[in-house]
Amino acid sequence: MTAQTWTQNNPLYLDYQATTPTDPRVVETMTPYWTEKFGNPHSRNHHFGWEAEDAVAIARERVASIIGASSKEVIFTSGATESNNLAIKGIAKFYGDQKNHIITCVTEHKCVLETCRSLQQDGFDVTYLHVKENGLIDLDDLKAAITEKTALVSIMAVNNEIGVIQPLAEIGKICRDNKVFFHTDAAQAVGKIPLDVETMNIDLMSISAHKMYGPMGVGALFVRRRPRVRLVPLIHGGGQERGMRSGTLPTPLVVGFGMACELAEKEMGAEAERLRGFQHRLYEGLRQRIPEIFINGDKENRVPGNLNISFAYVEGEGLMMGIKDLGVSSGSACTSASLEPSYVLRALGVEEELAHTSLRLGLGRFTTEEDIDYAIERISVEVNRLRELSPLWDMAQAGVDLKSIKWAEH
Amino acid sequence: MAYSKELIDHYENPRNVGAMDETEADIGTGLVGAPACGDVMKLQIKVSVDGIIEDAKFKTFGCGSAIASSSLVTEWIKGKTLNEASEIKNTDIAEELALPPVKIHCSILAEDAIKAAVDDYKQKTDPHKDAAE
Repeated sequence: MTAQTWTQNNPLYLDYQATTPTDPRVVETMTPYWTEKFGNPHSRNHHFGWEAEDAVAIARERVASIIGASSKEVIFTSGATESNNLAIKGIAKFYGDQKNHIITCVTEHKCVLETCRSLQQDGFDVTYLHVKENGLIDLDDLKAAITEKTALVSIMAVNNEIGVIQPLAEIGKICRDNKVFFHTDAAQAVGKIPLDVETMNIDLMSISAHKMYGPMGVGALFVRRRPRVRLVPLIHGGGQERGMRSGTLPTPLVVGFGMACELAEKEMGAEAERLRGFQHRLYEGLRQRIPEIFINGDKENRVPGNLNISFAYVEGEGLMMGIKDLGVSSGSACTSASLEPSYVLRALGVEEELAHTSLRLGLGRFTTEEDIDYAIERISVEVNRLRELSPLWDMAQAGVDLKSIKWAEH
Repeated sequence: MAYSKELIDHYENPRNVGAMDETEADIGTGLVGAPACGDVMKLQIKVSVDGIIEDAKFKTFGCGSAIASSSLVTEWIKGKTLNEASEIKNTDIAEELALPPVKIHCSILAEDAIKAAVDDYKQKTDPHKDAAE
């Protein structure tokens, strides 16, 4: 196979944490449910409905299987954002009379943080745990934060920016011992790392299909039945999904989601090993060609498909402009609407100047070894070119301590 | 975000990249911005005895717009008097490169860099002049 030529209009995709392409095998299973098998899965009186209902049931089994749950515990939603909203608001509203305290962490996805903020406005207390330099929470902080008013602990499984894996089993045990519900946003984890809601004592888990080679627009919330977790629904209507999420299920999306789980469960082991090799190859290749690069987040406890690297003295957006033939993402301020550098990197204690120089490189199912070598070549050429343009690089080479300069912040 | 041809050209083929000896009497150096804000520009001018900018060099840490803005001003200020150079406005830079609104601060920084380099040169040649003004 000859190496593919990538261009600005046909770039190499290295942003698998943003989304993943739908696997062609997934698309294939979905196709009939748009056209000939178009029935409403909630129609109980004819073949069309039964056919769709059966397909949804199989999909539900497949989603349950990959996390070690029972299919009765799977609630389909529009995606992880809705699942996170439903889990946190649903628990808060149901148990809020007795327990009005929630614990989460500062590096959570915005949909968890913003949901918690909205509950604070409704009078709930929220503790935002800090993370250590490696991006992981301190379990002693968690233990110390739990009170008799705590209803829920919500800690993500895998961080979307830095790919670090939180100690789920340990968190689950602490929560169970203290009789507090444990919710985890596992959008970046399902299909990437083995998960088991039983051994990890997880009570609620949010899942997204499009992060695991399924279609956009569908996800799920695992809601434990024993001991029973109860939620106030966000969406009222016909009482579908055990009354927790009304609305007609999108059969094709649900079927695709199920197939994505089936494939991931089968292929996860070999895929993780392959990506672990690529991750190593990419980091070593970059490190050999570019001095002074730093991995953000724990080096061991991270998913194999993620590398988040700061290229000191080169601003992230400036770098991305030079590698338009690579589809990557940056923690630089300039790429965000807020003009603030990544809050996740800041929470790790990464200095602002280094946060501005970070790239998130996401690898996945369709990444090849040639792609890795191409990325190493392109990134190292461009970083080294931009360092030649960088006054900070000059100063560092001349031995000037950048912190000794009185910068005019603007 | 689609950038203009002019901006991309300056980013890909930056003009007048380099550094001059800051300690020389005929060199003015401006260093503006901050690493924590994501952009730092260093702009240097070499000034002839009759007050004309003979040469200009820059180095910039920042996004493509910041690099292009500083590259552009090095071209513009060469051959100008100090006063003429000081009259360059950020709006001229933003217009030439068709900077999107979120990138206007890059052009402001480039304008500040010119002023800082000119001030530095004036300070060097006649340290009392500024104090008297």
